[in-house]
Amino acid sequence: MTVPFDIAIIGAGPAGMAAAHEANSLGLSAVVIDEQNAPGGQIYRNVQRVIAERPEDIRILGTEYACGNGLADGMQSSGIKHLAGHMVWQIERDGTVWCSDGNKAKRIQARTVVLATGAMERPMPVPGWTLPGVMTAGAVQILMKSAAMIPDGPVVLAGSGPLLLLVADQLIQSGARLAAIAETTSFSHYLAALPKLPKALSAMEYLKKGLQMRRRIKASGVPIISGISGLRINGGAKATGITFKAGGRTHTIAAETVLLHQGVVPNTQASRQLRLDHGWHDTQHYWYPKTDVFGATSEEKVFIAGDGAGIFGAMAAEVSGRLSVLQIASHLGVIDVAERDRKAKPLFSEKHHHDAIRPLLDALFPPPAEILNPRDDATIICRCEEVTAGDIRKAASLGAPGPNQLKAFLRAGMGPCQGRMCGLAVTEILAAALGKSPVDIGAYRIRPPLKPLSLAELADMDTDPGTVTSSSL
Amino acid sequence: MLKRRHSDSEVVAITVDGVAVEARAGESVAAAVLVSSSEATRTTPVSESPRAPYCMMGVCFECLMEIDGVANRQACMVQVAPGMRIQRQLGARDLRGAE
Ligand code: FES
Repeated sequence: MTVPFDIAIIGAGPAGMAAAHEANSLGLSAVVIDEQNAPGGQIYRNVQRVIAERPEDIRILGTEYACGNGLADGMQSSGIKHLAGHMVWQIERDGTVWCSDGNKAKRIQARTVVLATGAMERPMPVPGWTLPGVMTAGAVQILMKSAAMIPDGPVVLAGSGPLLLLVADQLIQSGARLAAIAETTSFSHYLAALPKLPKALSAMEYLKKGLQMRRRIKASGVPIISGISGLRINGGAKATGITFKAGGRTHTIAAETVLLHQGVVPNTQASRQLRLDHGWHDTQHYWYPKTDVFGATSEEKVFIAGDGAGIFGAMAAEVSGRLSVLQIASHLGVIDVAERDRKAKPLFSEKHHHDAIRPLLDALFPPPAEILNPRDDATIICRCEEVTAGDIRKAASLGAPGPNQLKAFLRAGMGPCQGRMCGLAVTEILAAALGKSPVDIGAYRIRPPLKPLSLAELADMDTDPGTVTSSSL
Repeated sequence: MLKRRHSDSEVVAITVDGVAVEARAGESVAAAVLVSSSEATRTTPVSESPRAPYCMMGVCFECLMEIDGVANRQACMVQVAPGMRIQRQLGARDLRGAE
């Protein structure tokens, strides 16, 4: 007999792991489906092995990172099913989740779905960003966490955001050779952020950490160049450095590794595939699925927890994972509304605390106009199909009214990444070219499969919907 | 382009374009290839421009490589295993699958 899970949780980062904990403690049946081989998401990537095998690296990766270990261990020792190494390729509104372990596709039935699919770094289209030797700052941090690897030759970091400085700091402590940090943040951003400071003071630990980081970087002697613009990456077969303008003159910095970062944005691939209602964040220029305080979406059985619903960071993500499960438990009749509210109350105040730092960070690190809508026509926007900013502007002038029509003109968004890399820029470029708002322009429609899967994986699928359920896993 | 800060974990023998490479247990294929060479890991089907892993977390699809005879796998999402055969995907070969 088919017994569906109460909750299918997609993603094993802070939101997903916390949701699993809460489900377990309320006696709900849950399955966590995650693409990685170990729990942690990107923020706590590989944390269990780092602590077991090279605990000295916590000094570099940070005590916040080490905190993820408790969540990961807790989830694994609970009764919650964890399908590691499983790629979700379709989610249905009724709670059906289709995934694959790489060999065989599976269908999972659940009463509700919690998307805990997190964030990704904003793609940073600048001339030369497709060259080997260019990566995101987050990519190198993943290499530090998952493989204890750092760049060998000189490194330059460019862009803005807390993660840019964090990775710079961690690389310095790891012994990497940093040529410079070139940040788009300028004095005017500090002025703009100033009114947000009083509220942010209540989340003092974030401010302290940021200041300590900057102090350590300064003390290391690595030059920080602020207020840069016109960033481009030099090189032919691979990157050889960057050129930019700052303080009225042109700078060129040689490096073998160029690390780009311009903040993080919700990964909306799954929420778009589910056709959830989305909103537009005016300061940070990203799409977010609309949710209520419990993470409920425009679809009754679908909840979103963590940065997938808007960027608030790992600590807030944990809290939101718990809140979603409390609401689901009350919907399923496991707890009544009074108990939900009693349990939710401290969580709301915790969330409020972590959210307090965001307006300051959002104002301090806005994505610059030249990243949102690159001026240089030759800049590649869609990396897969090699479509440039100029191509997109031309298609707009020929009558392409939105991202989905652009696919027919240029194949933009139709390569293997399915628009993950170009989607935001395509919306912004069309909006600017046509004199409309991003909301009027809209976003790519996302269709399953969310990631390509082979015919062999499909052919081997268990077609009996009762095969993978809470009773038989 | 990259180096390991620790070298004491278990060695996993793989090949990249037929050349023997010593990876370490737990590493992704993309990490193992990046530490062995700073060359492009693929060239694009459209213009044969050189590419290499960009995000390391499964969203950019720049790390597509042929792994054990299967083309277009995300090398950043696959862990190395003993005897694994990895090939760079060059140009339009990509479209036909590897030879
Ligand atoms: S490096 Fe981006 S998907 Fe693998």
